[in-house]
Amino acid sequence: MFERRIFSRTVAAAAIAGVAGLAPAKAEDTVKVGLILPMTGGQASTGKQIENAIKLYMQQKGDTVAGKKIEIILKDDAAIPDKTKTAAQELIVNDKVNFIAGFGVTPAALAAAPLATQAKIPEVVMAAGTSIITERSPYIVRTSFTLAQSSTIIGDWAVKNGIKKVATLTSDYAPGNDALNFFKQNFTAGGGEVVEEVKTPLANPDFAPFLQRMKDAKPDAIFVFVPAGQGGNFMKQYAERGLDKAGIKVIGPGDVTDDDLLNNMGDAVLGTVTAHLYSAAHPSQMNKDFVAAYKKAFGNRPGFMAVSGYDGIHLIYEALKKTNGDTDGTKLVEAMKGQKWESPRGPISIDPETRDIVQNIYIRKVEKVDGELYNVEFQTFEAVKDLGKTKK
Amino acid sequence: MTSILTNLFDGVAYGMLLFVLACGLAVTLGLMNFVNLAHGAFAMAGGYVCMVLVNRMGWPFFAALPLAFVSSAAIGIVLERTLYRHLYARSHLDQVLFTIGLTFMSVAAVDYIQGSSRVFINLPAALQGQFDLFGVGIGRYRLMIIVICGLLTIALQMVLAKTRFGSRLRAAVDDPRAASGLGINVPQVFAFTFAFGCGLAGLGGALSAEILGLDPYFPLKFMIYFLIVVTVGGSSSITGPFLASLLLGIGDVAGKYYVPKMGPFVIYTMMIVILIWRPNGLFGRTAAR
Repeated sequence: MFERRIFSRTVAAAAIAGVAGLAPAKAEDTVKVGLILPMTGGQASTGKQIENAIKLYMQQKGDTVAGKKIEIILKDDAAIPDKTKTAAQELIVNDKVNFIAGFGVTPAALAAAPLATQAKIPEVVMAAGTSIITERSPYIVRTSFTLAQSSTIIGDWAVKNGIKKVATLTSDYAPGNDALNFFKQNFTAGGGEVVEEVKTPLANPDFAPFLQRMKDAKPDAIFVFVPAGQGGNFMKQYAERGLDKAGIKVIGPGDVTDDDLLNNMGDAVLGTVTAHLYSAAHPSQMNKDFVAAYKKAFGNRPGFMAVSGYDGIHLIYEALKKTNGDTDGTKLVEAMKGQKWESPRGPISIDPETRDIVQNIYIRKVEKVDGELYNVEFQTFEAVKDLGKTKK
Repeated sequence: MTSILTNLFDGVAYGMLLFVLACGLAVTLGLMNFVNLAHGAFAMAGGYVCMVLVNRMGWPFFAALPLAFVSSAAIGIVLERTLYRHLYARSHLDQVLFTIGLTFMSVAAVDYIQGSSRVFINLPAALQGQFDLFGVGIGRYRLMIIVICGLLTIALQMVLAKTRFGSRLRAAVDDPRAASGLGINVPQVFAFTFAFGCGLAGLGGALSAEILGLDPYFPLKFMIYFLIVVTVGGSSSITGPFLASLLLGIGDVAGKYYVPKMGPFVIYTMMIVILIWRPNGLFGRTAAR
């Protein structure tokens, strides 16, 4: 199942040179990034987006930084933590990488954490969204998001906007539970009531019975978190069952209306309100350029996973610039702390204390723009930290 | 009260869908005694053919459905003639290894060609939404599934019980040597039956995209469900898997609705209880051969 894709000709050339015995001289000038992503399996769209975004970044910015050539070594873990661990081990021991990065799901990021600590190399998390991840190793830095960020915000927003009774439908795994708990905490604190709580199995074929239960509970809205990919199924069955006509709105963190899939979901999704870090319709010039370049290169729209990958590789570049090419892992992590930059998603920074991302969370509504469905942002909560940690 | 009926309706639709998907497997496993774990791959093929025809080439949904059947059947007959027939006489372990390998290849192939994300088939507006019948919410799409699958089941039962081909098939299964002695072309009967089973799976795959979701991992995700249907139903007739599918469909939906915390386990618990009670399935013959 492992495949190893090396996506730069120069890298291939370097490999050949290595065989020819020139490796020692070459290794001095090369910084290796071990990228572990789900390229097959149910989470493959995450892996694909991050890989694309990194390719795009390296095309735009060149593959040399602070006098070092960046080499990406991609490994597929199919989102299975055991494979993540093996892949990380191989990358660290055999390939002697200077960074490990990627990690499509929380268990994968956690599986690699002890290895990052032991090898003292930075682990840049570009997708997985559970709060605890950055606490598992002092070498973990995250450029994606935490579910607490979007879930608490949508909870606050809902109570303030006339939604009093909510039924929840969340996938039964760590991020789903994070989303549920943080939403509930803020929503009930504001005076809202959770009338029905359903956790669906991760490999869920049919939402029908769960949705029927939601419908019979007659809430003002359903709070939904399902992993990227299942959102489409959910929205279709939501419409099929007539919940939209019964006046039950859909709210949630933005995973359910991921840009990657949004356009295929049909008009039932119109009016869905979500809180999230990124929308392809974010109205900044930088984002417009990013979306145009991504579309041109890969034929579809970037989603939030793509932007997390784009920022992840940017952070690696910036850290190397700051250390002037020094590849000592501890120094690199220090260099990453407190980095601040303008991303296609808006202004973001790395919290120096938690090594987690601080970013704007936007409240968005699905609308039709030029015949395509987009998450249109209408309210911004600025510089949101991970509330999962600040609690303690 | 009305929600009970709505659930029953959903359960029946789900069960019917499982039946169309799995009955081809009941035929190959029960009648031909061949363990075909690649069955789901034929279902997936049908689903993707339908998706490409409807979404990319603008075919109407109902015109694409028969083609899903035909293309899966065609793939089935080609594979049967070139690969499967060499394995009829081999041990079950060989058959399992061969077909599971085929499944992995199909997953990788579809992933490569179509990408790994979930696809949907654009449905005509007439099939979308729900209508109320005496307060019971009836999903149009699910109603269509019940109608199509119900008609198919009756037709299948008639063909097996009443036609000359049905009696040839039963004869070929009971005693292939005597049957060929009587002038029945046994390999041809088997090939045709196999292809028909694959075709049904293809149709099921096309129908299930809307409800179960269609992605390259379909054959692996639903293999368990097909096997449950066949083991619970017993593999000696069509009625067994049919009733088993209905039972599992209704049980699964009801379990998820009434005890959502335990929901996903209901289908497995039912299987265990039934198999302890009747190890050969609900309608199984004991040691047919």
